[in-house]
Amino acid sequence: MSDAEIKVSAEGLMRQTGTYKPPRDPMQIVRWTLLFMGAVVMVMPLVYMLSASMKYPHEMFEMNIIPREPTFENYALVLSDGRFLQWFVNSLIIAIATTVSAVFFDALVGYTLCKFDFRGRYIIFIAILSTLMIPTEMLVLPWYMMSLHFGWLDTYWGIMFPGLMTAFGTFLMKQFFETVPDDFLEAARIDGLNEFQIWWSVAMPLVTPALSALAIFIFLGNWTAFIWPLIVTTDQSLYTLPVGLTTFSVEQSVQWELIMTGAALATIPTLIVFLVFQRYIIRGVAMAGLKG
Amino acid sequence: MKLYSRLSIDRKRTVWAWGFLTVPILFYVVIRFYPTADAMVLSFQSWNLLGARSWAGLENYVRLWNDPVFWQVFRNTFMYLILGTPISLVISFVIAYNLDKTRFLHGTLRALYFLPFLTTAVAMAWVWRWFYQPVPIGVFNNLLSSMGIGQIRFLNSTTNALPAILAPAVWAGLGFQIIIFMAGLRAIPTSYYEAARIDGVSNWTILREITLPLLKPTIVFLVVFSSIGFLRIFDQVFNMTTNDPGGPLNSTMPLVMMIYQTAFSSYQMGYAAAQTVVLFTVLLVVSLVQLRILRDR
Amino acid sequence: MKSPRKAILGATTGLATLLSAQTLSAVEIEYWQYIFDTRVQAMDILIERFEEENPGITVNHSTFPLADYRTRLAAAIPAGQGPDVMQLFYGWLDSYVDEGLIQPLPADTFDPDMIGEEFFPMVGAMMRDGAYMALPTAVRSLALFYNTRLMEAAGLDSPPETLEEMIEMAREMTIRDGAGNFSQVGITSGMTAQDHHWFREVLTRQHGAEPYLDDYRTVNYATPEGIAAFEFYTGMETEELVTQSGFMDEPQAAFRAGRAGMHIDGSFRIGALEGTRGLEWGVAPLPLSADGVAANYGSYWVNAITQRAQDERKEAAVKFMEFIVSEEAMQLWLDVVGELPARPSVALTEDNLANPVYGPFIEGLEGAHTTLFVDETAQRQVLVDAVQRVLLQGMSPAESLTMAQEAEQAIIDRAQGN
Repeated sequence: MSDAEIKVSAEGLMRQTGTYKPPRDPMQIVRWTLLFMGAVVMVMPLVYMLSASMKYPHEMFEMNIIPREPTFENYALVLSDGRFLQWFVNSLIIAIATTVSAVFFDALVGYTLCKFDFRGRYIIFIAILSTLMIPTEMLVLPWYMMSLHFGWLDTYWGIMFPGLMTAFGTFLMKQFFETVPDDFLEAARIDGLNEFQIWWSVAMPLVTPALSALAIFIFLGNWTAFIWPLIVTTDQSLYTLPVGLTTFSVEQSVQWELIMTGAALATIPTLIVFLVFQRYIIRGVAMAGLKG
Repeated sequence: MKLYSRLSIDRKRTVWAWGFLTVPILFYVVIRFYPTADAMVLSFQSWNLLGARSWAGLENYVRLWNDPVFWQVFRNTFMYLILGTPISLVISFVIAYNLDKTRFLHGTLRALYFLPFLTTAVAMAWVWRWFYQPVPIGVFNNLLSSMGIGQIRFLNSTTNALPAILAPAVWAGLGFQIIIFMAGLRAIPTSYYEAARIDGVSNWTILREITLPLLKPTIVFLVVFSSIGFLRIFDQVFNMTTNDPGGPLNSTMPLVMMIYQTAFSSYQMGYAAAQTVVLFTVLLVVSLVQLRILRDR
Repeated sequence: MKSPRKAILGATTGLATLLSAQTLSAVEIEYWQYIFDTRVQAMDILIERFEEENPGITVNHSTFPLADYRTRLAAAIPAGQGPDVMQLFYGWLDSYVDEGLIQPLPADTFDPDMIGEEFFPMVGAMMRDGAYMALPTAVRSLALFYNTRLMEAAGLDSPPETLEEMIEMAREMTIRDGAGNFSQVGITSGMTAQDHHWFREVLTRQHGAEPYLDDYRTVNYATPEGIAAFEFYTGMETEELVTQSGFMDEPQAAFRAGRAGMHIDGSFRIGALEGTRGLEWGVAPLPLSADGVAANYGSYWVNAITQRAQDERKEAAVKFMEFIVSEEAMQLWLDVVGELPARPSVALTEDNLANPVYGPFIEGLEGAHTTLFVDETAQRQVLVDAVQRVLLQGMSPAESLTMAQEAEQAIIDRAQGN
């Protein structure tokens, strides 16, 4: 083996074990610096938003990032009428309920389509998968008419019902259940568990990383959803955070420091959750993205 | 119950399977398939929400075909796609490729790049809208004027507004694409690289001959995924052009927004339904074409 | 009605009402309007008074968010519910009439000739085939708001009386930096706000044009006179450099922020301006043309009796209608809501005319025109686009306005065709 070969295979070993440290050559420093600058640019809009939310109106249009007289007055003002809190609670309830339902049913359907053999399985799989091609925007009109007809306008149920199951999640969970060996399930069957128990207490625990990845995706999707809640709600007390924020910002017109405060209030909770569960979330997103 | 206990194990499992699927099948039929059919039916009808639905034949489609605004909107929708997808994929690949080779503060950098993905499009639309304002308000124009450069009309321009609205959408999507690219890069076995290095091949050739071809599944996924996203852009446009929806002069109006306006501002439900059928067709065709082209290569 | 449960509750009470109406010969009617604090208050007071005067009649007052109106109706009517008397924006009248939702006001109580005499002329827009379909309690008009501090700073002591003076003064109050960027505009502009009404019904007429013909079925503003009006409007930005559309994002925002000398807006803006800290402002009538022509744009919410009101319900509904468009109701509406009375006999009192805030608006009522929109949003967009073509694409005002006329005519024709 030549020196070069030894070096390369050692590097490969370290890459795999995670102990690899590339040499500190000048190229590497340039690369890092550029990446760092890029990262700063990426978060700049968030920084400016937070900075503006802590400025007094007269300082608002100056370029300094750190406010000369930082204040929480804007937050007090925005929160004072209780609407933001209400919208926040609405969004939370809706996102959690939808996530629980979608994860439960997507896993159940994915599991059934993966582990059961019965006539019509393939057709159902294709049928569910085909709904991926139907854009939400096409369905909003009929959903709206349904809601009108059944009195679902301005109700939590009306906001939630379209998202109670997802084709994407079903497909994803089916992929993940492929990795669960049939022997495990067979063993449980011999132990006398019924099919629901097998799914719930044997198969599900084996795919928890996938479940949490799916949960993150669905939660984020519902937390930021805009067009359907915008259409189905007109009663301010039922708005979700994004819809409320739109209304609020239009009302405020020029008071940008208040608009930025509203935007910050809508953003900060997810940022905090992210900072706490960072590794988990990134791994989950990568996993869902690669399998899906 | 007696009937059930007499069934063979396979039969029992079939019963369970259909049991598990009952509610979901009901859901998909009522909430997905029926509405799809209903939207298609509605596109051949005329309805203003107050009266009865009446048949209109092909009228809605004929009107769409003859509507210059629709063709403008059609162009806009594709502009979002044509600008958005390549730009965001190139940027995110460059970042992912280099980030993959960096160890120092790797986790922190990755987190910073990922952060915008977690934001709400509505909130960020307002942040960017503020940035784009003319002096003395907007951050960008203040920055330009402090450097002695003239102002740029970002949103109040028929040429700049569309890219200006696209920017926050691209920005917010980068984090996701970077993570997916990095996962794709990690999945490439190191032995390929080792073999190439032994042969003394340049980094550029490695990238072109090994990395990119092996990343193909990742690239296909991201191209299709982000294309669908850009074709359906709405939140940013709605919030950044509340004064003149889809303006100026319809230059930023995407198809989804036209649907929204037609249905919920003009109450022409049939006409809006015809537009949704077009949207459906566009999404279908674009995804199929992309899958075919990218898979074949 | 926010939930299905409440809807059922509503249905049962509705049923109960029906039964009790037959047995006790007491009538209960439904009144609908949109949610706006002072309006709801004023209506509650009116209903209380009405019920005192008419012991046999009970009025149920339901309110809904503005954006919700059409869907509430669409949901209620097939179910046999909904209002007997309702408030609607005058611009919606056509589609409500077309769908057979409302019935003409009986001519014996609401004699068309009498209404023509006793109400401001713009209310005539509510007449269909010789009968009135709906009547307003209150009306709105446009006037010129000005920032007193900026006027003083520019050495101006009284608001402009003519368009020419307005431009002069606007020039005095405009502040631009060396690069030509506005930091303060003399007058706000933006068709997205009230300017499209100002142009449509005021500027065109002041330049000698007749903006619409055939009862608003034919668009007619792209005549040489109308084009002159449009050139005047766009000229404020392109020639006189006293305004910038989109400055501070929207006109009323610029005025509220104290960065605009003058601003044309409706009487409904008063409330918002009164609550703005640090802003000192006054109101003047819309400026006259060089040869002294005055015009104004009037809009209003009207009350109408729906098809649901039949027999004794109709009788009660007619009585209630009569009451809420009475002089008494109008004065109360002005006092509580701050909206202008629809009858000259109430509006044009000395007290009201002398009011520094309401006076100029009330003065405008006499010459106010009401555009019969078929789709106000779409028709507004036509003028928004017309201005943008001039400002952003350098098109000539004449060509742009001609295109606008064609586009608006197409919108009207389609609506008439349906």
